[in-house]
Amino acid sequence: MLTLKNIKWTAPDGGEILNGIDFTIESGKLTVITGPNGSGKTTLAKVIAGVVHQTEGEIWMDGQDISDLDITERAKLGVAYGFQQPVRFKGLTVRDMLDLSAKETLKEEAICGLMDQVGLCTKDYIDREVNASLSGGEIKRIEIATVLARTDAKVMVFDEPEAGIDLWSFNGLIDSFERLKKENDKALLVISHQERLLSIADEIIVIQDGKVRIQGPTEEIMPQLMYDERSSSCPIGKDPEWLKEFQLSKAGA
Amino acid sequence: MSENKETRVNKVVEELLKAISDYDGSGEYDGAFNIRADSECAGRKSTEHVRIESKEGGKGLDIWIDPFTKGEKIYIPACISRSHVDDLVYNDFHVGEGADVTIVAGCGVHTDGEDDSRHNGIHNFMLEKNAKVLYQEKHIGTGDGEGKRIIDPVTEVHLGEGAELTMETSQIGGVDNTDRKTWGDLQANAKLVIKESIMTEGEQYAKTDFEIALDGEDSAVDLVSRSVAKDNSYQEYRSKINGNNRCTGHSECDAILVGNGKVNAAPELLAADLDASLIHEAAIGKVAGEQILKLRSLGLTEEEAERKIIEGFLRG
Repeated sequence: MLTLKNIKWTAPDGGEILNGIDFTIESGKLTVITGPNGSGKTTLAKVIAGVVHQTEGEIWMDGQDISDLDITERAKLGVAYGFQQPVRFKGLTVRDMLDLSAKETLKEEAICGLMDQVGLCTKDYIDREVNASLSGGEIKRIEIATVLARTDAKVMVFDEPEAGIDLWSFNGLIDSFERLKKENDKALLVISHQERLLSIADEIIVIQDGKVRIQGPTEEIMPQLMYDERSSSCPIGKDPEWLKEFQLSKAGA
Repeated sequence: MSENKETRVNKVVEELLKAISDYDGSGEYDGAFNIRADSECAGRKSTEHVRIESKEGGKGLDIWIDPFTKGEKIYIPACISRSHVDDLVYNDFHVGEGADVTIVAGCGVHTDGEDDSRHNGIHNFMLEKNAKVLYQEKHIGTGDGEGKRIIDPVTEVHLGEGAELTMETSQIGGVDNTDRKTWGDLQANAKLVIKESIMTEGEQYAKTDFEIALDGEDSAVDLVSRSVAKDNSYQEYRSKINGNNRCTGHSECDAILVGNGKVNAAPELLAADLDASLIHEAAIGKVAGEQILKLRSLGLTEEEAERKIIEGFLRG
């Protein structure tokens, strides 16, 4: 479980990006944070991971105050974070990155399992360097795999995991999230505008101007989302009938 | 034909051999070999298709690899186990048509006193038509003597029509001073791949200089140099690719600076043919902050992250 209390972050130029964020996300649940571009979502993910330090406020994980811990200390306690813009490395291979994430030398079948979840063929990628030769979509999937490899994670934060991912791989990713939810020991936090991801969420938090605009169970929040807070980049989401069906199914559930 | 001499290596040489080649302490290698220790031959073996012979005057070796020899590994390591040694050796590799072999020829220098020790290995590779060689060379310096450990290798490469040489060369630490020269000429359809990695620290100095002539039609070179300069060390890099025909040439010089390390890179391309396609890439800078952050987000400390990034960078 992760709780944020009155989180504020001010940019070096004085811009107030986060203006007092409060929420709790629970283990065994998928929470999607959405909101307009520039609303502070990525900054919020970075604050949780410790990449940037909050100007004010507290962060608690499973009853422990982690507000003053740095990025390494938070990772060791179980915060896993998938970067929105994955980092490239000359020399380090996909295998190196997955081993570092898992903190062990992974066996071939474990690597295949991870790669399969992000829609990449192990033998084509495992010994490739995580460098500029990989396309944006490929490196994004590898980034997600490094988070999925964190079996010790208690909180998993994914920043726009759907970016650059095709429909077939996207379905695999949805399956992975569903599976992780069932493990019950991880709180999943996904930043996304993607309608399908919003639809499988247990909770939705809408951020606007650095504040929580609304939050609550998916069936309550979905109808209140504004046009620019969700987008449908996969065919299923382009069908307006689908949203109606979804709302009806949730209402009947 | 085979020739065997009893292998005589002391403990220091044995450790150096283990660091620079896959020596297992048994006194020999699985394949033809010549061990040079403190300017003398400390062991040699030829095989049916690989003959190793001393040059007149004992100043080096001729290594003769028969045409169409396949899959053999040949070891030509050289070590210095004490201070006050100045070793100069000329080794010529004659690789017959269609042969496909691996040559391992590293160098280790150990000093235990005030005087410097230096190994200057001049290796000349002559590959006949369609011959293929993987050449692996590791350099290391050890010992706590004040004397400098100096390695000045010269590698000459002459590639016949369709021949291919892949050279993997690395300086893995402890070498105070190095002046590395590599030059080559390529005939039609020949291909040269060079992967160099150098790490310097303390007050060490490394200079590396490549000059490759792409003389034959459709010849190609791919030259990738990665270096890490730590502390107050200084590295100089120079490469020149001469495209004298329809050819492709690529050179890449990447360096990471740590502390007060300095790197001076001077790449040069000469296109002397309308169809010469030559590219150079270079990047010098400190370890990227975002790379450190990514590895820290996996639970590594800043120091562990930097070490891992450098290790991967030099290995790649």
